[in-house]
Amino acid sequence: MSLRLEPRDHASVSLKLTVSLAAGVIALLLVAVPVIAAGGTPLEAYWLMLQGAFGSMFALSETLNRATPLILTGLAAAVAFRAKLWNIGAEGQLYIGALAAVCVGSGLMQLPPVLMIPTVMVAGFLAGGLMMVIPTIIKQRFGADEVVITLLLNFVVILFIQMLVEGVLKDPLSMGWPQSVPLIAEAKLPKLLPRLRMHWGLITGLVAALILWLMVRKTVLGFEIRAVGENKAAARFAGIPVDATMLKVALISGGLAGLAGVGEVAGVKDYLSSDLSPGFGYSGIVVAMLAGLSPVGTVIAAVFVAAVFVGADSMSRATGISSYIADLVVALSLLCVLVGSFFLRFSVKFERRQVGA
Amino acid sequence: MTDAPVLLSLQNITKRFGPLIANNAISLDLHRGEILALLGENGAGKTTLMNILFGHYVQDEGDVRVLADHGALATLPPGSPGAALKAGLGMVHQHFTLAENLSGLDNIRLGTEPLLSFGREATARAKVKKITAESGLDVDLDRRVADLTVGEKQRIEILKALYRDAKVLILDEPTAVLTPQEAEGLFVVLRRLAENGLGVIFISHKLGEVLAVSHRILVLRAGTKAGELVTAKADRRAIADLMVGKAVAEVVRIPALPGETLMEFDGVSLNGAGRQALSGVNLKLRSGEIVGLAGVSGNGQSGIAALISGLAVPSSGTLRLYGEAITKASPRDLVEAGVARMPEDRQHDGVVGTMSVADNIAIEEVRSPAFSKMGLLDRKAMRERATSAISGYDVRCPGPDAEARLLSGGNVQKLILARVLEREPRVILANQPTRGLDVGAQAEVHRRILAARDRGAAVLVISEDLDELFALADRFVVVHAGELADAGSSESLDRGTIGLMMAGQARTPVGIAS
Repeated sequence: MSLRLEPRDHASVSLKLTVSLAAGVIALLLVAVPVIAAGGTPLEAYWLMLQGAFGSMFALSETLNRATPLILTGLAAAVAFRAKLWNIGAEGQLYIGALAAVCVGSGLMQLPPVLMIPTVMVAGFLAGGLMMVIPTIIKQRFGADEVVITLLLNFVVILFIQMLVEGVLKDPLSMGWPQSVPLIAEAKLPKLLPRLRMHWGLITGLVAALILWLMVRKTVLGFEIRAVGENKAAARFAGIPVDATMLKVALISGGLAGLAGVGEVAGVKDYLSSDLSPGFGYSGIVVAMLAGLSPVGTVIAAVFVAAVFVGADSMSRATGISSYIADLVVALSLLCVLVGSFFLRFSVKFERRQVGA
Repeated sequence: MTDAPVLLSLQNITKRFGPLIANNAISLDLHRGEILALLGENGAGKTTLMNILFGHYVQDEGDVRVLADHGALATLPPGSPGAALKAGLGMVHQHFTLAENLSGLDNIRLGTEPLLSFGREATARAKVKKITAESGLDVDLDRRVADLTVGEKQRIEILKALYRDAKVLILDEPTAVLTPQEAEGLFVVLRRLAENGLGVIFISHKLGEVLAVSHRILVLRAGTKAGELVTAKADRRAIADLMVGKAVAEVVRIPALPGETLMEFDGVSLNGAGRQALSGVNLKLRSGEIVGLAGVSGNGQSGIAALISGLAVPSSGTLRLYGEAITKASPRDLVEAGVARMPEDRQHDGVVGTMSVADNIAIEEVRSPAFSKMGLLDRKAMRERATSAISGYDVRCPGPDAEARLLSGGNVQKLILARVLEREPRVILANQPTRGLDVGAQAEVHRRILAARDRGAAVLVISEDLDELFALADRFVVVHAGELADAGSSESLDRGTIGLMMAGQARTPVGIAS
């Protein structure tokens, strides 16, 4: 017997669902090994994780709160990757978005919330977008690789934020903690439900996903982004302005990451500090890849990743198994999805080899 | 010829792709020193058969047998390119399989030995030089493949196969990219190789060259063997009918009535990467006239095409469209001004493979009110246009929503024709309009181009197929080393004159010569 691969013409929806599901199940099976090694029972651990992520209103709120920035950074990665613009800088764009929110929303102007919140959001979007537009221009003009620029900018931005929150932006009332002055009340995102941390940033994320989904399917811009991403040469030949389209993608991508930063500052923390994000920008890439770069899939993947982390924390408290297990689940899921995508592109055939006459 | 030993034998090869039977019980024998032509339209199953032979596909039924060293035929394990290579099968694909960033010599050696091996390069070079001397396949071995012309890349591919001591050389549509002289050169090479004992399978849909080079012809149609004949006794007309299964209508053309100049190159030069460079080009494209641009590939055709496509602007000189100078490069402006452009490499520049047929037909005009309003796509209009294009231009595909990558080369070209001709363009650039197309599709494309000319469009046809240029062009221009020479009306020209001009010999004006 020998194994052969033949390219598929088309992968059906049911096949895609089966592959995604199988990837999740296999990831959980693989994680069972370290769980057992740590002295736990896999089924119990998974049950506790599920409980911890969705078992109560509070747990659900924590999961969705955690998913909020991931939806936005996931969308940021998804929209850019579709156009083959490799934005690895969502982390930095998130911080710059948060910085813009603090600059505009901590007393510079005083407007009623209905105006103040959109102003803060627009500022964060534009600031984050600019952080991606600049590397894209550099790429177009000088051919510099955007992966390197955006990745390195993350560190530049975080050091810059540290400088600010220990310097000019430092809150005199913070008892010496390196954090910025807080947002004024009008700029804060309202909570969705009383006594729970879920905030309107979640709605922003869902609306953004919906808009992107519509954009890809229904608009000229979405059409042009697809064409540029799938075949730049043909897009250029057909008269699609490739550079301009890329800049629009950069603005949208960086802007969405900037909005994630606005959400964290205005919805959760109220002030800016250099530990605002535990790597939401990087996790966004994982989320987008898990989702196969689909906007709706990004929402689901973001909730999944958030649930794994929140659930693992809770499971860890109950069983003593390290919460690093969450990183393992996410990483293995991603690997399984990537392996799975291989089966969407090729069909595997077993054939009997004939022996030479 | 038939008393020579059999080198290769295919027996009852059958291959199915779902419901489609690509090859239906096909058998053939190839003898030592024989050139066998495999003739058939696109989709007749030629390439599938060769892919099976070469182990890229696994046949559902049947055997491939190759003459082994011990003198008997041995069955080749299916689905093993390695075994095919080892058995002495060499293939030159229609789409080259070269590493663009390596030199020609490295490409020839690639896969046969470690690249980082001291001293072996000299041995390899000597061996390639020997093959070159024997076969006449002259090419610069040290240039990067990316910088070579298509014709040169093909020579590297053939050398690669010969370097591996191929006993059987399979060429898939080898002349699609060559000038007549180059093609003639290739035929000489092939005959010489055959005399030295090589077996050659020559896949083609061009009758003329098949008759010129082969000893025996095998005609495939719709996956089955339609006929097998000895070339010396073959009749052109009969083979064409055998291929298509029905009589092919001749394309009729009426004399041109040239009108006003629509596009004009006025002393246009283009700096840039060698192959695009142009110097002092003067050219007028007039309404109702087809200008044929002949030239060896890589002499500046791509520069002229880039200028008309809106991908470049002149470095000096003026390019005028309807009397106005074009100063910035923008494909969209040209599309909107009514310029139809058919790209040379239609798979690469012509379509976005992962987008649908409907998307690809609308792609040039996606911002026009016909297909979008306020930035929102009018999917219904796009589908309707695609549906009418599919039937009007006979684009064979599962439907408007099928991905363009699933279309064959001929159907991609029909899709592009539907995209650019439906707008009744005033200027048409047809760059290699029928490269790789079968007889039926070729006639269809020619008919469309002639109809556009009769409607009053100015047409520039760039082609490496002189037969095509003589079938279409009213007037000839020839490009050599970036300079354009006027060759005059097509009635006063013959292939020899064009060939000399392509080689860079300026035409002696008739008046002075006599």
